[in-house]
Amino acid sequence: MPSRQTTNETLSSTDRRVAALAPGPPVNIATGQAADPGAGEREVTFRLEGVSVRYGEALAVKDVTMDIHHKDITALIGPSGCGKSTLLRCLNRMNDLIPSARVSGRLWYHGEDVYGPKVDPVQVRKLIGMVFQKPNPFPKSIYDNVAFGPRTTGMKGDMDEIVERALRSAALWDEVKDRLKENAYGMSGGQQQRLCIARCIATEPDVILMDEPCSALDPISTARIEDLMHELKEQYTIVIVTHNMQQAARVSDRTAFFTAEVDEATDVRTGVLVEYDRTEKVFSNPGDERTENYVTGRFG
Amino acid sequence: MSHAYELVVSGVGAPRPRRTLEATSPRRGEKVVQASLAACAVLSVLVTTAIVVSLLTPTIGFFREVSIVEFLTSTTWAPAFARPSFGVWPIVVGTLMVVFFALIVAIPIGLACAVYLSEYASRRVRGVVKPVLEVLEGIPTVATGLFAFFFLTPLAKQILPFLPWQGPFSIGVAGVAVGLLIVPLVSSVSDDAMRSVPAGLREGAYALGANKLRVTTRVVFPAAISGVVAAVVLGTSRAIGETMVVLIAAGAGNPNLSFDPTKGIQTMTAYIGGRATGDIAMGTIVYDTIFAVGTLLFIMTLSMNMLAIRLVRRFREVYE
Ligand SMILES: Nc1ncnc2c1ncn2[C@@H]1O[C@H](COP(=O)(O)OP(=O)(O)O)[C@@H](O)[C@H]1O
Ligand SMILES: [Mg+2]
Repeated sequence: MPSRQTTNETLSSTDRRVAALAPGPPVNIATGQAADPGAGEREVTFRLEGVSVRYGEALAVKDVTMDIHHKDITALIGPSGCGKSTLLRCLNRMNDLIPSARVSGRLWYHGEDVYGPKVDPVQVRKLIGMVFQKPNPFPKSIYDNVAFGPRTTGMKGDMDEIVERALRSAALWDEVKDRLKENAYGMSGGQQQRLCIARCIATEPDVILMDEPCSALDPISTARIEDLMHELKEQYTIVIVTHNMQQAARVSDRTAFFTAEVDEATDVRTGVLVEYDRTEKVFSNPGDERTENYVTGRFG
Repeated sequence: MSHAYELVVSGVGAPRPRRTLEATSPRRGEKVVQASLAACAVLSVLVTTAIVVSLLTPTIGFFREVSIVEFLTSTTWAPAFARPSFGVWPIVVGTLMVVFFALIVAIPIGLACAVYLSEYASRRVRGVVKPVLEVLEGIPTVATGLFAFFFLTPLAKQILPFLPWQGPFSIGVAGVAVGLLIVPLVSSVSDDAMRSVPAGLREGAYALGANKLRVTTRVVFPAAISGVVAAVVLGTSRAIGETMVVLIAAGAGNPNLSFDPTKGIQTMTAYIGGRATGDIAMGTIVYDTIFAVGTLLFIMTLSMNMLAIRLVRRFREVYE
């Protein structure tokens, strides 16, 4: 598969090309330290600057600043309700589908403002695919599931080949090649999730977002998907939300740990980024006590 | 009814009743409720049976007089004439024409309403439109009939003056009016079917870069298709059974078979509704005819409803 020339893609539906702004690494204002010490080593895919998300009045995610790197697997971990999914859904503007959701701060994708006035969310999602917590294949045949994205984007080429290539990339081809016309609902949960990954790959995105992709699966299916992630990493930038710390430790290059601050007066839980670093560092030598408590299982 | 249970678990300081596994009260209320619910169930079954029997008895009488072959093959419907003819086709065609025109109106409008309500309308618009549709569902059909007769038919004559209109009645206009009548039913059942498509499917499609139109037409609508078909079938069976509108707007027509929508053609229901008045003598052939037509109508709507039930059931299983 020819690798995608990411810097030539643009988020606007018009053919406007935007020069990568490539600002210097963001600096954590509170500590004066670089928010991500590893920044600069690799091309930056996403740059978040003070991103906050509100649902109506409730602040769900507060002031997140971080860089997400090209062809890294970045894990977002933290207790449930700390805004991991919310933040993930900002990256491909899935939050636009929730009427009450409001995003503030700046979010750059290869130097282009994801929430810029000329940006088309439909175009954003063509470049930034997503796999959900619960496998959500369409009630169509396996083939049609995979072909949905390429047909949507009007991809050129032999559809049979596109489908086969995507299913092979998702390590599913051998299991389903004889029943491509069968309904996807006849598959096991793990197969369905790999089908959803295949469906996502078929549109040849640049980034794959995964929101707890294994939480509904058994350990064997989980292991297969983790193996798959290692393979996909060669071609794609992956951001994965997981509440499984071992999984984050196994698959990711960088880990961002979030926690929820509870406002006593309103009882609103607000997610904040506590620590973001190379995964080995976060798990072996965390810089923050809250991270340490969480990754050692002493969270309470 | 959980009284006995509460006595056992409550009150630390209260004197503790002796623990026992036997019922602590006879629980008569429960038995009374159970018995009356059962009585209601039995009653509804009995009433249905009574309706079927009262339909079937005169129908059997009818077919003693008239051969079922004539009934189903002859094309002249003149049961009350001096030389009567009992070919049911003219009024069956009347009914089918009403259904045809009704569906031509109700399917596009009803489905467009449903798609709009379920996928496009903001919560506020939906909050207004949905109750309005439900109110429309409750408009007395006699009002719709008058609307068709005094407003729709003259309007149709003005818009399409080149058609061979004759007299104040038109089966086509009656069908259109019945279609308007069933729009709320079709749209509300389809809307429910489309809204019960899991949000995850929509998100999955949006996440692949599909726009709203594509999500709606390629994912939501196909996933809801059996519910939508069920809505149309329910609407059809409502159109088959509709009486007042066709009685007023399509009138009593030519006893010969006709497919001209500008004419007044009698439907099965209009025949029954027009005949079943106080001055009809029991035991006469005309009396029995009403019931024969009624039985045929019953068979038609019953098979439509059974089809709808099967479709709805299939629809429920889609996402398992
Ligand atoms: N659609 C929504 N509307 C309102 N509040 C929401 C919505 N989705 C999530 N939230 C709230 O935002 C907060 C973060 O949720 P989420 O991002 O799902 O957390 P996580 O994925 O870390 O468990 C929670 O307090 C949750 O109640
Ligand atoms: Mg979540």
